Amino acid sequence: MDISFAQEDLAFRDEVRTFFDEQFDDELVSRLKSEDFKEAIVDWQQRLFKKGWIAANWPVEYGGTGWTPTQKYIYESERSARGIPGVIPFGIGMVGPMIYQFGTPEQKEKFLPGILNSEVWWCQGYSEPGAGSDLASLKTKAELDGDHYVINGAKIWTSYAQYADWIFVLVRTSNEGKKQEGITFILVDMKSEGIKVNPIIGIDNEHNLNEVEFNNVRVPVENVVGEVNKGWTVAKALLAHERTGIADVAQSKRNIRLIKEAAAKEINGGRPLIEDPGFQARIADLEIEIMALEFTDLRTIAAMAAGGFPGPESSLLKIKGTELQQATQELRMELAAYYQGVLPKYMSEEDLGHSFGPEARVSYMYGRASTIYGGSNEVQRNIIAKYVLGLE
Amino acid sequence: MNFDLTEEQQMIRDSIARFVQDDYDWDTRRAIAASDSGMSDKAWSTFAELGWLSIPFSEEDGGFGGNIVDTMVIMEEIGKGLIVEPYFPTVVLLGGLLKRAGNEGQRSALIPGIIDGSVLGAFAYLERQSRFEMADCLTTATAEGDSYTINGEKTVVFNGMNANKIAVLARTSGSQSDREGLSLFVVDADAEGVSRIEVPMMDGQRCANIRFDNVKVSADMRLGTEGGAMETVESLVREAIIALCAEAVGCMGTLNAKTLEYTKTREQFGTAIGSFQSLQHRMVDTMIAYEQAKSLLFKAVCEFKEDPASADLTINALKVLIDRNGKQVYGEAIQMHGGMGITDELDIGHYAKRLMMIITSFGDATYHRAQYAAKAYAA
Repeated sequence: MDISFAQEDLAFRDEVRTFFDEQFDDELVSRLKSEDFKEAIVDWQQRLFKKGWIAANWPVEYGGTGWTPTQKYIYESERSARGIPGVIPFGIGMVGPMIYQFGTPEQKEKFLPGILNSEVWWCQGYSEPGAGSDLASLKTKAELDGDHYVINGAKIWTSYAQYADWIFVLVRTSNEGKKQEGITFILVDMKSEGIKVNPIIGIDNEHNLNEVEFNNVRVPVENVVGEVNKGWTVAKALLAHERTGIADVAQSKRNIRLIKEAAAKEINGGRPLIEDPGFQARIADLEIEIMALEFTDLRTIAAMAAGGFPGPESSLLKIKGTELQQATQELRMELAAYYQGVLPKYMSEEDLGHSFGPEARVSYMYGRASTIYGGSNEVQRNIIAKYVLGLE
Repeated sequence: MNFDLTEEQQMIRDSIARFVQDDYDWDTRRAIAASDSGMSDKAWSTFAELGWLSIPFSEEDGGFGGNIVDTMVIMEEIGKGLIVEPYFPTVVLLGGLLKRAGNEGQRSALIPGIIDGSVLGAFAYLERQSRFEMADCLTTATAEGDSYTINGEKTVVFNGMNANKIAVLARTSGSQSDREGLSLFVVDADAEGVSRIEVPMMDGQRCANIRFDNVKVSADMRLGTEGGAMETVESLVREAIIALCAEAVGCMGTLNAKTLEYTKTREQFGTAIGSFQSLQHRMVDTMIAYEQAKSLLFKAVCEFKEDPASADLTINALKVLIDRNGKQVYGEAIQMHGGMGITDELDIGHYAKRLMMIITSFGDATYHRAQYAAKAYAA
């Protein structure tokens, strides 16, 4: 039982810090907070790519880092502590691993380079208007016509579809057997004829989400990943990838730090809010749970390093991690008081008289999604009940 | 970074688990707790024979040279088995004071007795007015020549009825709540002027209120410097809290396992109640509560191992979390066992009552949350 880092881990931490100091510069920070977001995040991901750090979880043979779990933990902690955004997950975190795991040699050659160098932006076509947590009930259908599939239907909650070059889609290719059978995982060029992207303005007043319509969209059969009618296997593997890192403890730790800093400056009744015993109790209880979750995360990491797999236990990290993210976002809203309601996202502190109200609002409102996406927390509890506790 | 136990630690864990399985089932434990002394001499001899009483003492003192991880392992197993014998008051508290402040003569006079099982220990610190402020002490020790005279009363002393050696916190100078001016003495339980009233506790412990009326104790039995006891006490309390929280984690894990098992077999409305989603989701939450508590225990242990004082903030946090999550775990265990959960016959309520005593010992969540805030949010 020991938590000290080895010498090589400390050297790695220095290397990460130096890289962030040099590459995550002020110009990039201000571009990320502007309408120039897409170009800025692609620019950042390409800097990571050049360093060889874009794909922390990929095998080395496909361009991954080969990091140990301890190195991954160090990297993530340093990243979140500085407020550096994570890699956009749809390419690197989701479709990439499916292609190297289930794809043909031709698919790997065609798609992996564009994912790694961030030249191709991906989005995820999973949920449908009638299929959310019950994903397997999806109805978007693909019918074979010669050497093409013809897709008809609609996908919903598609983040960043407005930026995307490609979409990976779960389609129904058969209605026989159980609903999990007859699903196929297929890659579709967003420039295909018959695709229409309808924006959905979110509860955060932002445009991140979309509905994507498919009207007789023709897709070559060679774009199927894995076997036809066996897409559910691919879908589940992808969700397991999605869950890893979803707890984002480092991000919650950073938010707690920001809350403490702001609460030391916020005066209420003649004294800083941080000295109010009621406020102290709220923040202490949160901080204590986050402290514990960090070690739950480390225990999972250590188990993986010893050759184990996180398995369904990672659902625990998803549940607790997202609940604590939301609780932290909520406390930051309370701290912002009246300024939590300010609508313009980019209003200067000089004009507004407040520094983080709009940011707190956007992260709190968008944060409602975290207990819904990646398999809702109710679904995660079902997974633990069944696969960890053995309850039927 | 690793959270593995060494081979020796796994052996200790397995040997206690085997003892509980073979020789300390629930009926045996109930009978022991209901007996005159509330402990089993036979079980205690086994602890001595198997070396468990020697583990935290240095090899020079005849011990095993174990560290905080060993103590955690032992206490967690004690929690799982709901072992009522006074390991904590004897080895962790009295032994812990001797390790920290005892001189060579005192250690060689007492530690071999702890190791061979002949010394049963206690630490008398609580007074009626002191609650969680240990320095709030009215018991006095007055120096006369090469001895001291102790006067005062200590309450709810763990193992107070069975102890034959009692460490006493007493004031040698200063006023009621001064941190300075406190001293520690080891008193024989049968010394003239010591009188005890038995205070049986809901968790099976035999505590005592102990009066000291002009009790003479030789200066040789003062542990550490005169007036400087609080440093020793605070150092001890760090280890004591970790030990009790490890016991709590053992209790919580067992409660969860028993509840899970029960819901898989108990049938209502024609099906196992574990098939109901409302219970499943709550059992997932008690599992998470347990894992979170265990994680924070590991953090405290790892920090303590590097440098005990560096664990202070985490120890406050741990005590808060054990309070909140412990109540959640035993509350759900009682609820899901239904009517059986509120009987004396079933072990569930007894695990709950042990957890409740741990939660309040050395400060509850309200107390430790305030301590945490004072450290973390100081201007």
